Amino acid sequence: MKRSRLWAWTVFGLGAAYFLVPLIATFEFSLRMRRGEYSFDAYASVFADPRFQQTFGYSVAVGLATIVVGVLIVVPAAYFVRLRLPQLRPIIEFVTLLPLVIPPIVLVFGYIRLYNSSSFLPLTGSATGTDILLTFGYVALSLPFMYRAVDTGLRTIDVRTLTEAATALGANQFTILTRVIFPNILIAVLSGAFLTFAIVIGEFVIASLLNRPAFGPYIQNIGANRAYEPAALAIIAFIITWGAMGMIQLLARFAPKTKPLTE
Amino acid sequence: MTGPFLRLQRIGKRFGTTTVVKDVDLEFGKGEFVTLLGPSGCGKTTILRMIAGFERPTAGTIEVEGVDITHVRPNQRQIGMVFQAYALFPNMSVAQNIGFGLKVAGVGREETRTRTSEMLQLIGLSGYEKRFPFELSGGQQQRVALARALAPRPRMLLLDEPLSALDAKIRVSLREEIRNIQRELGITTVFVTHDQEEALSISDRIVVLNGGRIEQVGVPFEVYNRPASRFVATFVGTLNTLYGEVADAAQKKVVIDGQTVTIPSLMAAAKTGDAVALTIRPEAIVIGGDREVILEGTVEEVGFLGAVIRVRVRLGDNTVSLDTFNDQRTPPPARGSRVRLGIAPSDVLMLGE
Repeated sequence: MKRSRLWAWTVFGLGAAYFLVPLIATFEFSLRMRRGEYSFDAYASVFADPRFQQTFGYSVAVGLATIVVGVLIVVPAAYFVRLRLPQLRPIIEFVTLLPLVIPPIVLVFGYIRLYNSSSFLPLTGSATGTDILLTFGYVALSLPFMYRAVDTGLRTIDVRTLTEAATALGANQFTILTRVIFPNILIAVLSGAFLTFAIVIGEFVIASLLNRPAFGPYIQNIGANRAYEPAALAIIAFIITWGAMGMIQLLARFAPKTKPLTE
Repeated sequence: MTGPFLRLQRIGKRFGTTTVVKDVDLEFGKGEFVTLLGPSGCGKTTILRMIAGFERPTAGTIEVEGVDITHVRPNQRQIGMVFQAYALFPNMSVAQNIGFGLKVAGVGREETRTRTSEMLQLIGLSGYEKRFPFELSGGQQQRVALARALAPRPRMLLLDEPLSALDAKIRVSLREEIRNIQRELGITTVFVTHDQEEALSISDRIVVLNGGRIEQVGVPFEVYNRPASRFVATFVGTLNTLYGEVADAAQKKVVIDGQTVTIPSLMAAAKTGDAVALTIRPEAIVIGGDREVILEGTVEEVGFLGAVIRVRVRLGDNTVSLDTFNDQRTPPPARGSRVRLGIAPSDVLMLGE
C-alpha cells in the first residue's frame, strides 16, 4: 500500500518536473535582466513596447472575430447534422479533423495561391481583405476544437425532442436555434471559444506568411533580437493560454443541470 | 360544425421498405379523448407524429375541421404536444417555458403573464414561476409540459406516452388530472399508450392498433367486453382459454376435460368433433354460483390481493385464472380442493382469428 503510493508519487513527480522545470527556468531567466538581482524589468520593457500593445490588441480582435465566425458556422452545422443528417456525422468529424492533419503552412500557401491580388477574389490585395483571410484561416484551424466542444454540448441535451417541442409551439428554425439550442449549449460553445482564443493568440505561421501584425510573429521577432524579453513574453503567453483553460474549467461549473429531481 | 373534427383518410407510412402504418382511417369528434393503444412498434406513435407534422405520411390525408393539413408545416398546425421525456427547455424557468408558445406567437407581455399564471393554476403549480426544470420532480415537469402545450390555446392536444417515465402512483394521479383538465377545456385529445389499463380508464374511445393496422375502435366498455379479434382480447385485459371438443354441434354441446357443457353461443360453423377454444375474462367466472355452465376443477394456486382474490384452477390440460371479491364471511378455497366454476354462456367470447 505505502510502496505503491510512493511509486505513484514518483511517477507523478517526474511527469510534473518534465513540464515544470523548463517553465520555472524560463521564469527565473526572465527575472534576471538587472545584473545581480531579480527584477521584473524584462516584463516592464515588454509592456512598455508599443508594438506589444498593438500586436496583442490585433490578435485579440482577430481571435474574437474568429470565435464569432466559428460559432456561426459550427453551431448550426453541428445541430443540423445531429437532427437531420446523423449518417453524415462520421464524415463531418473527419472533415473537422483535417486542420490537425494538414499543416498550417500548406493551408496558407493554398490561400495565397487562391486569393492573391490577381485572382478572382483578391483578398490579399488589401489589409482588410487579408485580415478576413486570416480570420477564416483561424476558423479552419480551430474547427477540430470548436466542433467537438459544440457536439459534446449537443449530446447533453435531447436535441430532437426539444426541437419538436418548440416546433409544436409554433417556433421556426431560427427561433429554435437562438432561443432553445444555443442557450443550452452556451457553456460548451464558450469552452470551444476559449480554446480558439488560446490558439489564435500564439499562432505564428499563417499570420507571418500573410504579413499581418499579430502577436505570434511579434514573439518570434523579439525572440530573435532580445535576450530576456522573450522569456518574459513566453511566460505572459503561457499565463494567457492557461487563463483561457482556467475559464473553461470555471464555466463547466455553471453548466445547466438537466437531470430532474427524483420523486 | 358538421363532420368530424379530425379525420385521417387512408393514412400510410413507410420507412424504406418497412410499412409502419397501413391504410388507417380514423375520425375524431370535437372534444373527444381518443387513445391509440397497442404494443411497441404498432404504429401508434407514428400516427401521432403524422398528426403533429413531424412525420410526413407516404399515403393518405389528414384533415382538421375539413381543411387538409397533410402538407402544413408542424409549426403552423397549432397542435399542442406533450412528450414522454417532458422536453422542457432547461435554460428557461417554468414561466418562460409556459410562455414560450405565446412569445413566439407575438403575444404581449402582460397577456402572457396572465395566461401563464392561469395555466399554473390549472395544473396546481401556482408560485412555481421562477423555478427551473431541474428543480422539479418528474410529475411536476410533465404538468408544466402540459401547461406549456395548452398555453397558446391549440386546436388539439397530442400526448405521446406522457406517463411512461413516471412512478406508478404519480402515473395514476396525473392521468386523472390530465383527464379533468381535458374535460374542463373540452380540447380534442389524442393519447398514445401501450398500457391497456391507462387506456381503459382515461378514454372516450380506444383505437387498438397492431402491426400498423386498426384492430378495433370503440368505447372502453366495448373494447374490453366485446373484443373484435383475438389480438384485442389478449392485449386488453387478461383472458382464459379453455380448449375442448365439440360433442354435438346441433345441441351446442362441448366437452372440456371430460365434462360436457352446453354453450348456446357456439358458432354455427362448428361441426361435431371440431376442436374449439372458449375464452372467458377472469372476472366472468364465479366459484360455486348458479350459472348455466358449470365446470369442476382443482384449485392450484390462491393469491390474496386484498380486495380481490385471484384463484388458478386446473381443468385437465387447461388452467383458468379467475378473480373473486374478498368476502369476510367465506374464506378463500384451499389449494388442492375441488371447486365448481360457474360461467354465464353470454360471457364466453367467441373469437375469430
